[in-house]
Amino acid sequence: MIDAGDFPVWAALLVGFFALLGSGLTLLGAIGLLRFRSFYERVHAPTLGTTWGTGGLLLASMIGFTVLESRPVVHELLIAAFITVTTPVSLMLLARASLYRDRTENSTSVPPFEAVETPEPSPEPSPESKP
Amino acid sequence: MSSIILYWSITISQLLLVAAMACCAVRIIRGPRAQDRVLAFDALYVCAMLLLLAFGIRTGATLYFEAALVISVLGFVSTVALAKFLMRGEVIE
Repeated sequence: MIDAGDFPVWAALLVGFFALLGSGLTLLGAIGLLRFRSFYERVHAPTLGTTWGTGGLLLASMIGFTVLESRPVVHELLIAAFITVTTPVSLMLLARASLYRDRTENSTSVPPFEAVETPEPSPEPSPESKP
Repeated sequence: MSSIILYWSITISQLLLVAAMACCAVRIIRGPRAQDRVLAFDALYVCAMLLLLAFGIRTGATLYFEAALVISVLGFVSTVALAKFLMRGEVIE
């Protein structure tokens, strides 16, 4: 793409802007991953890279290839849709696993099992005594 | 003019992504517990996918797009498997 002489300046400016925006936000999320103190704070930081970081670079790629090939190139939307769908799922599974691990070790930084679970009927009365 | 803009913006963008990957690698090494390492690995493969996309913009080849798509799919599967392992102690029950 760099060798293309007929690449217009406005498209180059747009591609550069979105690429810098996406990578800068990804770096910001990674720095947050490095600097936050607890795991439950850190789990928020990389989503900056998976939302606007991915979005910015995918927009840059879409604009660049659309201008370069003189036809709409939108197959980057596949990656965008996939990342948007899968990131909350994986991070929620990870946060639940971490919460489970912290609770089984009786860590004081997380609420215990009883504090958040719905009160279930006590198993003391046997089923035969109930009417 | 446009080639200069593209060259420098993509180069700086790749440098920023490499710095982000370095931050994730430091978190993988330092991370006090296993879930921190899995989280940093998740961020690391996203950064690698974005680096491949930036490389694709730089070279103008659509080949790297497919590699980025495969990285995103396999990264999601591996993160879910690792989270399941942390939760249950085994992946397939």
